[in-house]
Amino acid sequence: MSEQQKPILILKDFNKTFGKGCAHCDGKPENRRQGYCPKCRTVYACQDISLSLYQGEIVGIVGESGSGKSTLMQALYFDSEATSGEYFLEAYHSGEENLFLSSSQQQKWVRNMLLGMVYQNPMMGLKMNFSAQSNIAEKMIAAGNRQVHSMVERGDTLLEQVHIPLIRRKDSPSHFSGGMQQRVQIAKALANEPPILLLDEVTTGLDLSVQADVLELIQKIQRERKNSILLVSHDLSVVRMLADRTIVMLNGRIIEEGLTDQVLEDPQHPYTQQLVYSLL
Amino acid sequence: MIRVENLKKSFYIHHLQRSIPAIHSVSFEVKTGEFLGIVGRSGSGKSTILKSIYRTYLPQSGHIWYDSAAFGRIDLISADIQKMVTLRKNEIGYVSQFLHIMPRRSALELVEKALWEMGLDEENAKPIAQDALRFFDLPEELWDNYPLTFSGGEKIRLNIARAVVKQPRLLLLDEPTASLDDASKYKVREAIEKLKQHGTTMIGIFHDLAFMEGLCDQVYTMESIVETADTEG
Repeated sequence: MSEQQKPILILKDFNKTFGKGCAHCDGKPENRRQGYCPKCRTVYACQDISLSLYQGEIVGIVGESGSGKSTLMQALYFDSEATSGEYFLEAYHSGEENLFLSSSQQQKWVRNMLLGMVYQNPMMGLKMNFSAQSNIAEKMIAAGNRQVHSMVERGDTLLEQVHIPLIRRKDSPSHFSGGMQQRVQIAKALANEPPILLLDEVTTGLDLSVQADVLELIQKIQRERKNSILLVSHDLSVVRMLADRTIVMLNGRIIEEGLTDQVLEDPQHPYTQQLVYSLL
Repeated sequence: MIRVENLKKSFYIHHLQRSIPAIHSVSFEVKTGEFLGIVGRSGSGKSTILKSIYRTYLPQSGHIWYDSAAFGRIDLISADIQKMVTLRKNEIGYVSQFLHIMPRRSALELVEKALWEMGLDEENAKPIAQDALRFFDLPEELWDNYPLTFSGGEKIRLNIARAVVKQPRLLLLDEPTASLDDASKYKVREAIEKLKQHGTTMIGIFHDLAFMEGLCDQVYTMESIVETADTEG
């Protein structure tokens, strides 16, 4: 009988609020309306989120705009500070140190070495005044690499893997199409071979043909590198295609989670049912 | 291998504020290597049973005890999701009459993907996938083509090839031959017979009762389970 493997990422009771809270809403979720306090206007963007990610799996996170999906991803990538909660990565101190309490230097190391992020908006993930190659090198420099030759070589390899013609490697991403910018972001995210990828609405706004390119690339990367991927999308078709498990968020909370086909064919929560019935 | 006890499933539709019953008190047992055929009129809940076993549906009550190679005896209704992911990749296959295609994924890649999920590398997966496509008479010139352009029969044969290539311990067949011609049905039957010889346990729904004749060790008619005369298969 095989042992059940341990998760490589564990998040427990994560909360993110914008605002100080008040006597009306603090510790009283029943007084909050759709994730915010009607009295002090504090926004409870993520409330008591717990999840785990296993080696080599893709977990989809779906939910409407404002449900807290991107806030969750930004906290996992240390783009923003968590209000409370615990965050463990198996590859960091054997998963025994709460990364939300680690120093900013340690968080930076984790961000550079163990995580790769692709934002919906390439402006957030790429330096538009750097070349595509330099964007990749920047991530490698942040991880302590100082060998120009190896960085150039690695940049070329990655750009080739994401199908960016090498003739354009010195061009700025601002001169690239939306699909190419996303592919450069993916190459940058892979620069230091992180075990975990965080993909935030990576195909949103791309036309169908380019979307198919990017999805194909994600599947290829996952198959070849056995990365674990958290994939935020409001497109249920994307999640159906890629994710084994799916989490549904509403007003900053996880309202449903399960096997992707179960969530889509036998949704339990009223909101998930409405979401699925809206699928074209 | 698998024992279903008092399975009950209904669908609560929130916007209608009412529950739609699907199945109740379904119980049966299938031994290793046996084939159980499920018969019943349309809408009687045949597919609901299979989808509950595969955990696409969440039953309200009952148990589905499955003897897993990886986890021992496990109740598929309450099993940890992660274990279900593993079981689906390695032990339990599901074939329906619908093919969920993926954009720009060739027929060969779709079958290969099933093997990649089990941990096979590209080099080893390719010849096995090619054999499966060949067995189901999918013309070689179609292998690198996208299934979106395939005929109904070709899509179904591809779908079955994709499930069978994994040689699952438990195979759930949800009317996969519904729109196949006789020659294609014969191929499916041949594959099922091979899997039976291989010791695969199967639960199947087939519209064509003649198709099930001689294959089934048991027939479940939604009300009761009846041993057939031909238990040799």
